[in-house]
Amino acid sequence: MAPQKTFQHVFANGLTLVAEEMDWLESAAFTLLMPAGCQYETPAQSGLGSLTCEMVQRGAGTRDSRQFVSDLENLGADTSANVSGNHTSFGGAMPAESLEQVLAIYAECVLEPHFPADQFDDAQSLCIQEARSLEDDLAHRLMIEARQRFYAEPFGRSSTGTVVALESLQLDDVQEFYKKCYRPQNAILAVAGKIDWPKLRDQVGQIFADWQGSNDTKLREVPPPRGYRHIMADSQQVHLTVAFPSPSYREPDYFQMRGAIGVLSDGMSSRLFTEVREKRGLCYTVYASCHSLRDRGGVFTYAGTTAERAQETLDVLWQEILRLYDGVEEDELARLKRRIKRSLIIQQESSTSRAGSLAADWFYLGRLRPVDELRNIIDSLSQKSINHYLAGHPPRDLSAVTLGPQPLEMPNAVS
Amino acid sequence: MQFLSHRLANGLEIVCEANPHAYSAAYGFFVKTGARDENDNIAGVSHFLEHMVFKGTPKRSAAEVNLQLDDLSSQSNAYTSEEQTVYYATTLPEDQAPLVELLADIMRPALREDDFETEKQVILEEIAKYEDQPPYNAHEKLLSLLLGSHPLARSILGTVESIEALQRDQMLAYFERRYSPANIVLAAAGAVDFPKLIEQVENLCGSWPAFEAPRETPVPTPVHHTRIIAKPQAAQEYLVLGSLGPGANDEDRYAARVLSMILGDESGSRLFWELVDTGLVEYAALSLQEYQGMGVFMTSLSCTPEEAAGNLARVREIYAAAEKDGLTEEELTQAKNKICAHLVLQAERPTSRMFSVGHGWIQRRQYRTIREAVAGYRAVELSDLARILQRYPLSDFATVAIGPLEKLE
Repeated sequence: MAPQKTFQHVFANGLTLVAEEMDWLESAAFTLLMPAGCQYETPAQSGLGSLTCEMVQRGAGTRDSRQFVSDLENLGADTSANVSGNHTSFGGAMPAESLEQVLAIYAECVLEPHFPADQFDDAQSLCIQEARSLEDDLAHRLMIEARQRFYAEPFGRSSTGTVVALESLQLDDVQEFYKKCYRPQNAILAVAGKIDWPKLRDQVGQIFADWQGSNDTKLREVPPPRGYRHIMADSQQVHLTVAFPSPSYREPDYFQMRGAIGVLSDGMSSRLFTEVREKRGLCYTVYASCHSLRDRGGVFTYAGTTAERAQETLDVLWQEILRLYDGVEEDELARLKRRIKRSLIIQQESSTSRAGSLAADWFYLGRLRPVDELRNIIDSLSQKSINHYLAGHPPRDLSAVTLGPQPLEMPNAVS
Repeated sequence: MQFLSHRLANGLEIVCEANPHAYSAAYGFFVKTGARDENDNIAGVSHFLEHMVFKGTPKRSAAEVNLQLDDLSSQSNAYTSEEQTVYYATTLPEDQAPLVELLADIMRPALREDDFETEKQVILEEIAKYEDQPPYNAHEKLLSLLLGSHPLARSILGTVESIEALQRDQMLAYFERRYSPANIVLAAAGAVDFPKLIEQVENLCGSWPAFEAPRETPVPTPVHHTRIIAKPQAAQEYLVLGSLGPGANDEDRYAARVLSMILGDESGSRLFWELVDTGLVEYAALSLQEYQGMGVFMTSLSCTPEEAAGNLARVREIYAAAEKDGLTEEELTQAKNKICAHLVLQAERPTSRMFSVGHGWIQRRQYRTIREAVAGYRAVELSDLARILQRYPLSDFATVAIGPLEKLE
């Protein structure tokens, strides 16, 4: 592997620029995270983050919305915008020579949005359409409810919002949300690919120089309800999820749990795939994954199966969760470690993937974690260390959600 | 990057875009078979067989296949389309030999009876999953409506009835009719050791018996009817529209892809500005599905039921305006820039290149460098787009609507 060349700089306004030079690529990619996630909405404003994100892209600085889109497309930028609990993010991959101009376009979005009043109804209507479409996406609906039940307000909120809340929003709400949240303090810009660091740093300093302020919103936490909830739906399949606490990405024990969940669910030889799908043919999709907020995390499991086999699927899933806590085996761990390390090498072919990792490192850890350090952490995982962790942290405070024609019988630990 | 190829005596071809600077190497067996090569008695067998290929060989159990694939690759999977079944994996260069040995071995599956019955349940679950999930298989339903009894109208997953009735021996017979080495291409890209790959594939696959695996490619007789499928529990209405377009071997395909990007890309297109940007739909896009001998222009929309009829009329107007007044130079330039930048990004991923090389070879027995593909798109002119719209008018189409509506007006 080529030695890693990473850089970081914190500007006076609080914006952090992190970067990785990958001079074997022709592309560059960026991720801009701003502290404008949906957790900063009030419950009555659910969807405001997404609506604001939509509106800032409808004209800014010297461009109207059509110019914004056509300039980005002519520069060859494949871009995206997203709202999560913590952040509103913009990102994109492009031929490296376009990077400077693309960043300048996004700086205008962030600093000088027009918020054209004549486009508000269109943007609002688009967000409402997205919320309605979500009603038909049963697996997605299930996982949104699972987050709500597990994390509660405001961390479990979905950025899609609700039709009722979206209908009540006004342009003023959007402008206020923008003023409050689109701030450089704690914002992170990550860039990876074919870059020239001194030039990039100077340019970013310049285009974001007038950006000031911080998002000082105090969040009010509600204790999570956990336990079991069923949502009735006229569907062929029952969608089910069980969730339980796990360390956040910043905690040292994160990788013990990540290793255990890897054994449970990474790949076709994992325990869940083998026991639920391969041996019993109970479902097409089954998985477990570690999810992390800044200071807490959870494991979310999922299976989708036809109604008459749903109880058996849940029972087998639950048995596998319990069996995991009896410990992992040496050979399954060894396979997982090889697999993760192979992916770390192949990740070097993707500027997008590296930019995402840099941004995540800075957000969770407040520093960049060298790939070598990550490889050492993976190497240091052992059957003993994982089983020791699991023995000390049995699953508790569980939550479960099912969606389909009938509720299921939950294990005692859940209800 | 260097293009390399080799043909075994039994007809199996190996094609490779070697890039010694890549970190990874990707390999894929492309079998020229899919739903179009089935009949009613074995509907869904291509896709079911794709699952069974992972269920073991004379020398490996299903569990061993899964375990070794996980251990030897960073990514591996398979898919079945109307006309191809593809098995692929990406790994590091040092694992080429064991990975290729494994992939070659699973291409001769054991098709054990008990595995067949268990996997049948998984296939039935997959059918149930897609029946529950928007757009509720609307694309297959559109092809069926548009193409009637043409082989390309066949469903990839099959039906609950056809899968339940399917027997292991029918699958074996299908395998023996379609999985001829002369009907298979091994595509590779990235940090590939090509001389070793040839040697290995000669040893592993050289003894596979060859036979003819012909495919029927009748001329379609499309019908532009409307079919409304009521699904009262859905919140949104899902519309898919389709009409014929250039096929995989048509030299107009570059121009046709540029045309569908201008009219219906997910961002920056006419559909985007008229329908998505205005909030009239949640989603709208036009794409060209390229098949052997024919193509299908397919438009997908999702919107509120109240707006469905209006949006259908708007789409028709957008297409009619393009047919009547043409496209603009600005639109053409923007679409070309978008496509060419995407090709450059794709060049960095051996896995994407492997798909591109394998697909091009199985469809056309043709390899194009990124540079040649870029030149192909750059050469497209407005007059090419006009010619395509004249040959394949978009404003007249078959329509499938799935959602709360019982009628579209």
